[in-house]
Amino acid sequence: MNREGRGATAPAPLSTPAPTPAPETFTGNRALDLEEGLLFEVGRPEVSGVDLPAPKGGADRLGGHGRTAALGLPGLSEPEAMRHYVRLSRMNYGIDSGLFPLGSCTMKHNPRLNEKMARLPGFADIHPLQPVSTVQGALALMAELSRYLLALTGMAAVALPPKAGAHGELTGMMAIKAAHMAAGSSRHVVLVPESAHGTNPATAALIGYEVRAIPARADGTVDPEAVRAALSPEVAALMLTNPNTCGLFERDVVEIAAAVHAAGAYFYCDGANFNAILGKVKVADLGVDAMHINLHKTFSTPHGGGGPGAGPVVLSQALAPFAPVPALVETDGTLTLAEERGDTGAEQALGRMSAFHGQMGMFVRALAWMLSHGADGMRQASEDAVLAANYVRASLMDLLSAPFAERPAMHEALFDDTWLAGTGISTLDVAKALIDEGYHPMTVYFPLVVHGAMLIEPTESESKASLDLFIAALRDLAMAAKAGDTERFLGAPHYAPRRRLDETRAARAPVLRWTAPEPLPDAAE
Amino acid sequence: MRYLPLTAEDRAEMLARIGVPTVDDLFVDIPADKRMSALPDLPPAKGELEVERQLARLAGRNMTAGSVPFFLGAGAYRHHVPATVDHLIQRSEFLTSYTPYQPEIAQGTLQYLFEFQTQVAALTAMEVANASMYDGSTAAAEAVLMAHRVTRRRKAVLAGNLNPQYRATIETVSRYADDMVTALPARPEGGEDLIAGIDKDTSCIVVQSPDVFGNLVDLKPIAEAAHAAGALLVAVFTEAVALGLVEPPGAQGADIVVGEGQSIGNALNFGGPYVGLFATRQKYVRQMPGRLAGETVDAEGRRGFVLTLSTREQHIRREKATSNICTNSGLCALAFTIHMSLLGEQGLTKLARLNHEAACDLAEQLAAVPGVSLVNTSFFNEFTVRLPRPAVDVVEELARKGILAGVPYARLAPAAGLDNLLLVAATEVTTAEDRAAFAAALKEVL
Repeated sequence: MNREGRGATAPAPLSTPAPTPAPETFTGNRALDLEEGLLFEVGRPEVSGVDLPAPKGGADRLGGHGRTAALGLPGLSEPEAMRHYVRLSRMNYGIDSGLFPLGSCTMKHNPRLNEKMARLPGFADIHPLQPVSTVQGALALMAELSRYLLALTGMAAVALPPKAGAHGELTGMMAIKAAHMAAGSSRHVVLVPESAHGTNPATAALIGYEVRAIPARADGTVDPEAVRAALSPEVAALMLTNPNTCGLFERDVVEIAAAVHAAGAYFYCDGANFNAILGKVKVADLGVDAMHINLHKTFSTPHGGGGPGAGPVVLSQALAPFAPVPALVETDGTLTLAEERGDTGAEQALGRMSAFHGQMGMFVRALAWMLSHGADGMRQASEDAVLAANYVRASLMDLLSAPFAERPAMHEALFDDTWLAGTGISTLDVAKALIDEGYHPMTVYFPLVVHGAMLIEPTESESKASLDLFIAALRDLAMAAKAGDTERFLGAPHYAPRRRLDETRAARAPVLRWTAPEPLPDAAE
Repeated sequence: MRYLPLTAEDRAEMLARIGVPTVDDLFVDIPADKRMSALPDLPPAKGELEVERQLARLAGRNMTAGSVPFFLGAGAYRHHVPATVDHLIQRSEFLTSYTPYQPEIAQGTLQYLFEFQTQVAALTAMEVANASMYDGSTAAAEAVLMAHRVTRRRKAVLAGNLNPQYRATIETVSRYADDMVTALPARPEGGEDLIAGIDKDTSCIVVQSPDVFGNLVDLKPIAEAAHAAGALLVAVFTEAVALGLVEPPGAQGADIVVGEGQSIGNALNFGGPYVGLFATRQKYVRQMPGRLAGETVDAEGRRGFVLTLSTREQHIRREKATSNICTNSGLCALAFTIHMSLLGEQGLTKLARLNHEAACDLAEQLAAVPGVSLVNTSFFNEFTVRLPRPAVDVVEELARKGILAGVPYARLAPAAGLDNLLLVAATEVTTAEDRAAFAAALKEVL
């Protein structure tokens, strides 16, 4: 950490002349920081980076449906493509770059063994509709993954097909709706605490439910009394995240679940924060009826800049008959797939959530992670994640403001912006200043229940030295903010590939694709 | 444990700073009688070598597409993917990054998404495309929901020749969203009368081309009829390579185009992860689901990219969002974009022609087998043959001979009564020897 020139201490006498400001470069590049145009500016339609044999010509069974116009797709030779995308990659921050404390997103280490396993031809080069006799190993892997997910949650059944967390939520909530429909009930309300992820109310609304918010009580958790007061014969389900988005375990969850069940409703648990409780508690014992598991969070399948993910859903005995297809069926040691609604023997089954059988590539990676950790390693991972979050919180409490800190944090530490009062600096400014310090910012302005939220999830992947440096950087920023050093914040980031981007302009007149520039006026005119 | 950096000493120091004696003191909010006393009933940690052995054993029990003559399609296609693609998507700054919420340090992701959107829009001849959906089938379901928002009507009509798994996906969402869906009966030889199915309550008609049997469909008259009735045309494709050779849906009047992008840049992966393509007209952009990358400038006036129009999305709009989608298929979209950049228009056109030629040759050879007839009058790289007996049995017998022969239509739609139909695909990776071996083996088993 170079603190020289920040004015905290007197600068050392200079033995060489003071450096002059860095000059502008001709290219706009700055040594290793390389600018890169759009594909459409560097590529040309007549170029291709793929050598293919010449078509023989003649054959035409297109029936007159042939293309009549050019598409306007430029090509790149292989060296150009390599350079183009390598340069783009260098404008990104990933887990491998440094600490990525994005709360609620569980950005943990992505082992490369898992990538290697997912690329074994026996998993990557098989078609979903091959005869099941030719893919017994793939189905066995899905069965093994299911066994692990059930052992960790204690639930009765698991549906692997959902393609991401929100898709898992949709599947679980549809199972709940299917169960109510089967019982002849037309309950139309879903209760969602204010602190919930946006996907929860969006999912409930997508399948026609009216969403009613449950306020958080003063300590950041859900009050069973508030749930009881909201329950009625109209209520189909409660959607609750546990541990919740304030980073707290809902300690009255058993009582809440009992109240929900007593009112004839189901308890949907958002499993986004499952990483805090692996091997510590089985959600089945908490009264959960359905919960999605983000394999791309807890089980470390790479986020890939926004997916792909996978969101298997575990179900209670009551909801198991309503699971979607396809489902694995084992008969005398042979695995098959029940692929049609009704094939599972349950007439009320949900049906199909997508084509094929789910995110196999993610299943392989997640299982590799689980096998590597084992029962002991998974529990240790959760304990380390929770330990790291509490350590960060304990190390920053005196400078930052931590709401709800009377309870232990789970795997993430929540701060609000009370500590910034009067500084003229916002949560967003702190996030951008962290970028200059070489960190991906924490989640900001979420959850919505505290003002100017900063949600830090360090995960189990950080060494103590890494956590200590991060803590020191945040402490330094906090002291600078309180000392009125606003330049470090308001202009941040200073050192990223781009300064702050104008999001208002992007939304006001959206430019969502490249278009060819207008031709320049003829130079001869 | 190789993935966990903390030592026992570190843990002790950290607990001391927190001010609790043991890590279990951090879990006190879990009701005491519910806390697990024993470890879950699962094996202990394993080294890399042991994990690799265990998984390789499972992988070894599958018949891989590359090891045999292979002819499956029906929504997932085997193409050659240049080595560059897989290398680049494993650049850790792409692989281990998150959804680009902090644009200043995610320009790599945002720029390739902008490139992806432009490529998809160009490929489909539409005005605007989003940053990807989970896959083609879920994109189709989202298209139907979007058509309901645009038209304020709630009845979708599905062509009978839509892939039955796509139809089932749309029906599931519609069932629980209290929407109506009318699915027409399949017509394997093509020439469906779709126009008759459109009325004043129709929000959209969903038509696949090439359809599930491989037929190419003239979308123009359907678009005209839909528009005359105030409905939208949702055009679906499951083989993106086809657009190298056939007229794009945007040029035929489609209002929403959705498709599966797997066949460009992505492996078969036993069905996932894939990448859904979603394109529409500029005027409908605010009703679109999913993320959008848009161009803007930074504080120094330099061009940059951000996620935009997020007031449509769940993290801002919550229950009023256009969709609940959050995580999409970023890395698969990157694979698509890189492969498409390598191909360019010239490469894509050539690739499409090679696919078509392989399929024409195979169709001719299979139709010459006694008892086998070609169902299609037009096709791209996939077609349907009628066998003298159930295709499921024939495919099973051919698999035992080491040939993965295609997809029985009954696998997709067991109740349709079309048990003798077999969907067959050929791409640039199927060799002349593969095709001859298939025809010879088919002759043998029939």
